[in-house]
Amino acid sequence: MKIFGLIAVLVVGALLLSATSDFPDWRDKDSPANESPVSSFYIEKTEKLTKVPNMVTAVLADYRSYDTMFETVVIFIAGIGIIAVLRNFDGPNSSSIKRENNDEGGGLLARFTCSLILPFIQIFALYVVAHGHHSPGGGFQGGVMLGASYILAALAFGLSKAKDIFSERRTMIFAAVGIFIYVGWGVLCLLFGKEFLNYEALDPILPGDAKMARSHSMLIVEIGVAFTVTAIMFSMYSNLSTRGRLSKGL
Amino acid sequence: MDPIIATFIEENIVPNFNYWIYVILMMIGLYAMITKNNLIKKLIGMAIFQTAIILFYVSVGVKDAANIPIISHHGSEHHQMTDLSSETDSTKEIHNTIDKDKYANPLPHVLMLTAIVVGVSTLGLALAISQKIYKSFGTLEEDEILNKLRPGGHD
Amino acid sequence: MTEHFPVLILLVPLFGALIVVLLGRERPDQCWVTSLISLGVSSLISFFTVIAVLSGKVQTLRYRMGGWPESDGYEVGIELRVDILAALVVFAVTFVGFVNTIYSKTRAGAEVRGKVPFFYALIQLLIVGLCGIVMTNDAFNLYVLIEITSLTSYALIAMGNRRAALSSFNYVIMGTIGASFYLIGVGYLYIKTGTLNIDDIRMVLEQKNLWEHQSIIVAFIFIMLGVWTKMAFFPLHGWLPNAYAYAPSMTGTFMAPLMTKVMVYVMIRVMVWIFGNEFVYSSQPMWGEIVIWMSVLAIVAGSLLALARTDIKKILTYLIVAEVGYMVGGSWLADGVGQAGAFYHILSDAAMTFCLFIAASIIVLRVGDSRVNAFDGLFRKMPLTMIGFTVGALSMIGLPPTCGFFSKWYLISAGIEAGHWGYVCALIFSSLVNAVIFFRIFERAYFGKISGVKEDHFPSDSDANPDIRIKEVPWSMLVPLFIASGSVLLLGIMNRSLFEWIQAALKMMNT
Repeated sequence: MKIFGLIAVLVVGALLLSATSDFPDWRDKDSPANESPVSSFYIEKTEKLTKVPNMVTAVLADYRSYDTMFETVVIFIAGIGIIAVLRNFDGPNSSSIKRENNDEGGGLLARFTCSLILPFIQIFALYVVAHGHHSPGGGFQGGVMLGASYILAALAFGLSKAKDIFSERRTMIFAAVGIFIYVGWGVLCLLFGKEFLNYEALDPILPGDAKMARSHSMLIVEIGVAFTVTAIMFSMYSNLSTRGRLSKGL
Repeated sequence: MDPIIATFIEENIVPNFNYWIYVILMMIGLYAMITKNNLIKKLIGMAIFQTAIILFYVSVGVKDAANIPIISHHGSEHHQMTDLSSETDSTKEIHNTIDKDKYANPLPHVLMLTAIVVGVSTLGLALAISQKIYKSFGTLEEDEILNKLRPGGHD
Repeated sequence: MTEHFPVLILLVPLFGALIVVLLGRERPDQCWVTSLISLGVSSLISFFTVIAVLSGKVQTLRYRMGGWPESDGYEVGIELRVDILAALVVFAVTFVGFVNTIYSKTRAGAEVRGKVPFFYALIQLLIVGLCGIVMTNDAFNLYVLIEITSLTSYALIAMGNRRAALSSFNYVIMGTIGASFYLIGVGYLYIKTGTLNIDDIRMVLEQKNLWEHQSIIVAFIFIMLGVWTKMAFFPLHGWLPNAYAYAPSMTGTFMAPLMTKVMVYVMIRVMVWIFGNEFVYSSQPMWGEIVIWMSVLAIVAGSLLALARTDIKKILTYLIVAEVGYMVGGSWLADGVGQAGAFYHILSDAAMTFCLFIAASIIVLRVGDSRVNAFDGLFRKMPLTMIGFTVGALSMIGLPPTCGFFSKWYLISAGIEAGHWGYVCALIFSSLVNAVIFFRIFERAYFGKISGVKEDHFPSDSDANPDIRIKEVPWSMLVPLFIASGSVLLLGIMNRSLFEWIQAALKMMNT
């Protein structure tokens, strides 16, 4: 078995390497991918058409926003999939009764430090979400940070405390609402008579001109992403670290 | 060093260095996924495999002497303001013509953001499944699990 | 309104999934109603899409997401593209999803206790993913949607018993390898062409005449390998039988007919739309030869492995492996008839697999035993179920007027035309094996006696389980079975016109 695996892997590697010889050189600015009209369009026209200086965000949340919608759905699927696989709802309401008290989290020092830095982490995460179209950042990055802050709270104060703030039901609602914001915003464009996710249709209800509407819509869409990512990150942690019992973390 | 090897390295590996590294990483990951006995090791292989592909895509978008694909008008605006405070039109001109060689190709970055997210989700779900396997079989070694299944299984 | 149909087909089940999650675990019945409505609406819209595309007003619906126009002849956004082929497959997906939801009415509560909303959310998202795969015109978007379908199916399968979790894990490993190979292939195309839109990739490949380049050839090989892994083409089929046999029954009935078929559609699409017949068939004549012999191997091996099993669900899953061989072989036969036949087989195989899986699930549920001797005397005890099963089985064997006969007919005549006798013999051999398998079952069902002994075999299970009473099941399971067997017959009757539409659509693309 091992030897067959090795042979298969070597064949795959040899095939891939044989193709690299006619690749354009690495760092070549005239390679087909880098000088193609698509890439040039993104670099040259993005700021003019969407008023967003961060091209990655513009491509992510506007030109390829349909992709990003499904990316958010992927996260959502992972979240509900983990619950569907791991949680055992058969028992007599195991999650609420078994509130065991040996789930104290870290020591005094850890709790104190966390209570000091948590607000800053969260504010910075919100900044990353909100400033995603001007600097590196966006819904996914900010959402992960926000989710991490809740995970840190769970580590320091115990999972049951963190669950009081962010219960399972609430994570599900947050995650669904996040996608609802994203898809709903796209549907709103549909209702205003343009294509799905064509943010220019929303010009009448947003401040600024049609190009600004794209910029504002990206922010809203990113907020939706951040909702989902935050909730699912915490839900993933709390389920995986307790084998789906949601008590007695780690 | 043998001159043949030296020229091979110079002509094939150096200009495509990233692609060679990505293929090697991918082979490591694939080998672990196919042959490892422990389920968690398989997942580690999977993570390496997916990361290798990310390296490949990001390498596609690299340009020599290019910066991250974010147009930084704040910095240049200040610069222009102080130097040519009267010529507002010409600063506008400069802004409108963006030199595309100065910015990395944004598309591979976006694609890989998606691939990272997919990777995280797959890994999370796979970990959940392996926890369920551990709960019901008491082990994560593939051969032990198959042994446990043999007497009662229909297979 | 028509121009928005493609996106509406996707959005309705997507919203349905969100609503189901928001409804929560306390309201399983409302979850069922919600997903029934959303899938019903979705399949209605896709039915109208089929009509709109057929009526000739719009031969191909194109839908630009975000309304981005093309720049310099290249698409900068993501585009959906629905022609008659895509419309038919999307209708098949949503309709099977709708009917399967009816079937799951009573089963969901029993088999995934307490997780009903998650089940319905996942199955609706799976339908979104499958429809998206079929309609998208963007190579990378196709990857994202493949991953959506993979993730949902991992979770859906792993919701079953412990065997299901293990086979789901194998599926994760194989599925990730397959999807990643596809991603590598797309990356190699991107590095040479600089675009991700399927039409534009084709255009650049032709303009720059890149056909001879090693990286394009490698890209083609890797995309094919990835797609074959996902569709369980013979040497890569290891994950499929266990995954579908041990999954919760209403997951198996949905995934068995659709997952592999949609990937066959992706294969035909990649072959015809991205690379084109000339590259696939003419530039490397060896490939076609190798792939067809591989498919011959798949057909023979799948049939023999099915013959060797006694577990009814295992038999059916190995038959799927053989059917995948039919379709891969047919689409590589280097002529329009083979491709069209393979495409027609996608639809007919979806119908007959659906029919057989529902019937088998009902029988396993009622008899409490999944081995073939469960069928003893069932024609007397459960005549309606067995009629449905018979229609599916006759179609699998290939008797007229079922659709299985016609699709096999087209494939065989394509094989004769191409002069590939190995493939023709494999198809006939597989029909014979199917006849042996199913007539063995009919014999038992017709002449076998129901003995009380059966209960003694599984005293612990069957005493406790109230479902195990050998009689007809409620309407919520019989109606889907009859819809499925009815569509097997309907597809058979409509074969002429369907086949002509398919051929016309494929020809339009090839010129």
